[in-house]
Amino acid sequence: MAEILSVKELAKSYGKTVAVDGISFAVRPNEIVGLLGPNGAGKTTTISMLLGILEPDAGNIYMEGLNLRTDRSRAISRTSFTAVYTPLPGNLTVRENLSVFASLYGVKDIQNRVDEVIEQFDLEAFRNKKCGLLSSGEQTRAGLAKAMLNKPHLLLLDEPTASLDPSTADLIRAKIREFAKSGTSGILWTSHNMYEVTDVCDRVLFLSHGKILLKGDPKTLPREHGKKTLEELFIKVAREPLKLEAL
Amino acid sequence: MKISINRTFAIVIRQFYLIRGSFARVFPLFAWAGIDMVLWGFLTRYLNDIVSPEFDFVPALLGAVLLWDFFIRIMQGVTMAFFEDVWSNNFINMFATPLLTSEYVLGLVLSSICTSMIGLAVMLVIVTVFFKLSIFVYGLMAIPFILVLFLFGISIGIFGSALVLHFGPASEWFIWPIPALISPFAGVLYPIATLPEWMQFIARLLPPSYVFEGLRAIVLGKQFSGAALVWGAALAVVYIFLAYSFFVSIYKNSLRTGLLVRYSAESLN
Repeated sequence: MAEILSVKELAKSYGKTVAVDGISFAVRPNEIVGLLGPNGAGKTTTISMLLGILEPDAGNIYMEGLNLRTDRSRAISRTSFTAVYTPLPGNLTVRENLSVFASLYGVKDIQNRVDEVIEQFDLEAFRNKKCGLLSSGEQTRAGLAKAMLNKPHLLLLDEPTASLDPSTADLIRAKIREFAKSGTSGILWTSHNMYEVTDVCDRVLFLSHGKILLKGDPKTLPREHGKKTLEELFIKVAREPLKLEAL
Repeated sequence: MKISINRTFAIVIRQFYLIRGSFARVFPLFAWAGIDMVLWGFLTRYLNDIVSPEFDFVPALLGAVLLWDFFIRIMQGVTMAFFEDVWSNNFINMFATPLLTSEYVLGLVLSSICTSMIGLAVMLVIVTVFFKLSIFVYGLMAIPFILVLFLFGISIGIFGSALVLHFGPASEWFIWPIPALISPFAGVLYPIATLPEWMQFIARLLPPSYVFEGLRAIVLGKQFSGAALVWGAALAVVYIFLAYSFFVSIYKNSLRTGLLVRYSAESLN
């Protein structure tokens, strides 16, 4: 099956610090891929490069065959994202924000689509409320609604449930799973919640010091490396990356 | 890549939503310009009474201040629209969309046209109703005067935005004094010939100096060189091109260095 996202030998350094060190991976349709790793592993740098807001030093990113380097606007129009560190502008209402971003993503029939995502993410009560006045959970839902506006072929989620209570997080996970299975979209998901990753992701990539150290099915990967849970494996990757690299 | 009207207007609509939702944003659109007109209106009236009853200071001074204020509104219209993204930490959201740099800058310029027109309208009402200054006193030349100042205001607004993009949010204070720094050279209130030679050289590089020289020539009934004004307009167009190129190069540099991703930091350099 054709890949939604194909990353080849991607690299980025900040001065002498290597943030991403020649990684390659792909995301296929209907697939949720978890990008895991300790703080500073290079996850957000990778996502930033996929969004076209950080220029790689080397390597290429293809979105449905479109090279991000040479065809940025068309490639980016097929993707979308939400992240805890980039809330929607707090001085606009939910509806205003969604209308503006719908225009930026080239959404047709903006008002209908805005109404759809407002309903989908249970934001009716906050439609005319400024985003800055929403709780962190409501802001996360608004961010996800924004991410769904253009029905992205590739959805990038950087810790999308980090600020949600367990019940809301569960509902959000269900919605995202449904989104991944219903169409032909792929999702790249970063999270520090290993329970969530095991539950949601079809495949995971463990990143440490900018390199992919492990990859595989989150349900079987821990056993393959002598660990009971993904959390134990995560701790091992975080604390002893060199031992794993030697494997 | 072709410029998208929808994406460009998204920037304008965002600005409209912001202004609509906040009195604190509506007020500055006309308040300071209005106060300037009142202050200079009374000053020119006073000068008319005591200095030279034969000479009318209103079109010479009040008209010049009106045009200068218009230039400031245009420049600030661009920078204020840009600052909204700085203040709301919105660069990642904004530039992770298909939005092109050219569309973003064009959106800022269109926003500025809308907001500065409100200021211009208020200023015109005040000077016409209370101080009997008719913009028609300058004849058709009022149009190129406004056009040249508009173009130069746009270029300074884009240049200032690029500076803040490069130096970070804390460098906002670089931008506000720019009109004050230019004004001594622009000859808003006095002829360029009054300036020392080195200042005259700089003045000749500034498009507003041609506008205000022209304005004074018309008021005093002297010969006025249309070619000089065309030269001023050409300079302003060149400055827009240079300012836009500067903005694009700063933006590209911010993509390479990661500045855009980490823009929320108070100071990055």
